[in-house]
Amino acid sequence: MAKFTGIDYYEIDSLLSDEERMIRDTVRAWVDDNLLPIIQEAYIERRFPKELIPQMAELGIFGANLPEEYGCAGLNNVAYGLIMQELERGDSGIRSFASVQGALCMYPIYAFGSDEQKRRYLPAMAAGEVIGCFGLTEPDYGSNPGGMITTARKDGDGWVLNGAKMWITNGSMADIAIIWAKTGSLDDPSSIRGFIVPTDTPGFEARDQKGKLSLLASDTSELSLQDVRVGADAILPGSAGLKSPLMCLTQARYGIAWGAVGAAMACFDEALRYARERVMFDEPIGAKQIQQVRLADMLTGITQAQLLVLRLGRLKDEGRLRPQQVSLAKRANVDMACNVAREARRLLGANGILVEYAAMRHMANLESVYTYEGTHDVHSLILGQDLTGISAF
Amino acid sequence: MKIFVCVKRVPDTEARIKIGADGRSIDPAGIKFIISPYDEYALEAALRLKEAQGEGEVTVVSVGDAAAAEQLRSALAMGADAAVLLKGAPTTDGLATAKALAAELASSGADLILCGMRAVDDDQQQVGPMLAELLDLPCVTAVTEFQVEGGKVVCHREVEGGVEVVEAPLPAVVTTTKGAHEPRYPSLKGIMAAKKKPLTEKEAQLGASRIEILSLEPPPERPAGRIVGEGPAAVPELVRLLHEEARVL
Ligand SMILES: Cc1cc2nc3c(=O)[nH]c(=O)nc-3n(C[C@H](O)[C@H](O)[C@H](O)COP(=O)(O)OP(=O)(O)OC[C@H]3O[C@@H](n4cnc5c(N)ncnc54)[C@H](O)[C@@H]3O)c2cc1C
Repeated sequence: MAKFTGIDYYEIDSLLSDEERMIRDTVRAWVDDNLLPIIQEAYIERRFPKELIPQMAELGIFGANLPEEYGCAGLNNVAYGLIMQELERGDSGIRSFASVQGALCMYPIYAFGSDEQKRRYLPAMAAGEVIGCFGLTEPDYGSNPGGMITTARKDGDGWVLNGAKMWITNGSMADIAIIWAKTGSLDDPSSIRGFIVPTDTPGFEARDQKGKLSLLASDTSELSLQDVRVGADAILPGSAGLKSPLMCLTQARYGIAWGAVGAAMACFDEALRYARERVMFDEPIGAKQIQQVRLADMLTGITQAQLLVLRLGRLKDEGRLRPQQVSLAKRANVDMACNVAREARRLLGANGILVEYAAMRHMANLESVYTYEGTHDVHSLILGQDLTGISAF
Repeated sequence: MKIFVCVKRVPDTEARIKIGADGRSIDPAGIKFIISPYDEYALEAALRLKEAQGEGEVTVVSVGDAAAAEQLRSALAMGADAAVLLKGAPTTDGLATAKALAAELASSGADLILCGMRAVDDDQQQVGPMLAELLDLPCVTAVTEFQVEGGKVVCHREVEGGVEVVEAPLPAVVTTTKGAHEPRYPSLKGIMAAKKKPLTEKEAQLGASRIEILSLEPPPERPAGRIVGEGPAAVPELVRLLHEEARVL
């Protein structure tokens, strides 16, 4: 297959620095050379391609926007976003892995952890030697994590955790879990704290979530915690209430807004090639107006989304980002990507349902992306509240 | 050990080349440029040598226009320590390029000079051997891998039906071809660090170019394919054509 050379209808490349472009091109080449050749098989086999972890670590992908003193690459947020874009051009499952490792596990240790925790975990996680998962969602508390019933109770010097977490990415393969639990009464979300729980602690169990039809090349698991005893050094001392996990989600959602652009690019690129090559009624289907409209719509969506995330990234780098702006981008870009993937799949006809083409894999994956990290609806409500000052949750 | 690697900016091998309005050069618009892949093998070998020895310095040198700084930055991002851009119009005359490199490298104290065996754009395969000649150094070409020990470089060359092992005293010029090691990706940290590494620009002391490109032409369009029939019934005809016309059977 011909190499992916990017989609850039508005000369957006010229808005990037040399380093940002070089970083994007490096991850792009890595995805072409190492991820795309194996992703179809991994997807069919329903396995996360673990063999890629050391390579991603060597490139410096994990926690790439965290500081160098912890073994991270110290990139700005635009470069970080471009990495997410390229990873998700490969597969949402791989981007999910990187998001969880970096934005949901390394970030809280960086933002809420003690110096000792940062030194102990961050370099090892950047090196891919310690894998993390993030346990917020529970069977009965999805969009409403503040209602969680997982508890952490003081016990001598340490803590005892009890509860269950569901839909946890990397859950079965993680070495540590960032578990969010209530340290006070169940109706007090301000008592939520984060804990670093080694997954080999007695009472901690992870079970693979069976029966998925989306994000097949990703580990999604259920966690159960029964009298899991951890030391006093397990609590993230800077975590304070529901806003702490929400701050992590803002980091991850930021990356997802970029990632969605990548998935859409992959589908558009595939659809455009197919439209040029597939002959029906004696001419390429790309010569038909209906398919041209499809392609024009896809390109429009991608171009808008690209400009949106680039501006979002610059705001983040200038320290002026509001979480609601991230909600707008996650909501708009993932929705765009879902549409592009579906239209690409349709343009491809019967071939579009095969794993040999990327469109349906992306289409199925993106349904998870639409739902996790705040469903599309939840982001509508966040924006609605921001606009009207009235909560409609 | 002081290792120098000569690298050239060339169009990406995957790029769709369009010929410029003058009919003698390619139109660079919209084309991605890269380090010539054979030069990347040389750079990878240099970086491995430095890592194995635990010390040393790898300097990349390019003769080219200002845009070639981009490839030198890539080389720095991959791990080279310093870069020198010899600014001058790229020429097809290998000797002119070799003279510019020789002027830079003559008093550099180089222990080992590596070049790609060939540049993938004009494929003249001249610069490495000419550079060695100008510097009065031994030259081993088309090397797949090499070791440095006791002031010597021991090179493996793939020759028809086997491997030839060649030894030369240092300093020497070695030209590389594809070996066991794929060039590494620059790490993201490496890309950031590259900004802080020295990239020196000088005027190239190019020799006079005595070779001139008169015209460039695209390869002829491939004729359309032919369908000889369908199903098993078509096989005999297909075999006949492959045998008699295409002569591949
Ligand atoms: C593949 C995958 C990986 C995941 N990984 C992780 C992970 O690593 N860690 C983690 O903690 N979680 C993870 N999740 C969980 C994810 O964040 C939740 O699924 C998500 O928050 C939605 O929760 P829910 O599934 O319980 O849906 P619900 O909250 O039950 O929502 C059901 C429907 O109701 C709508 N809805 C909910 N509330 C309202 C409202 N107030 N008004 C109007 N409509 C509403 C929703 O939009 C949705 O359409 C993952 C999920 C998936 C699918």
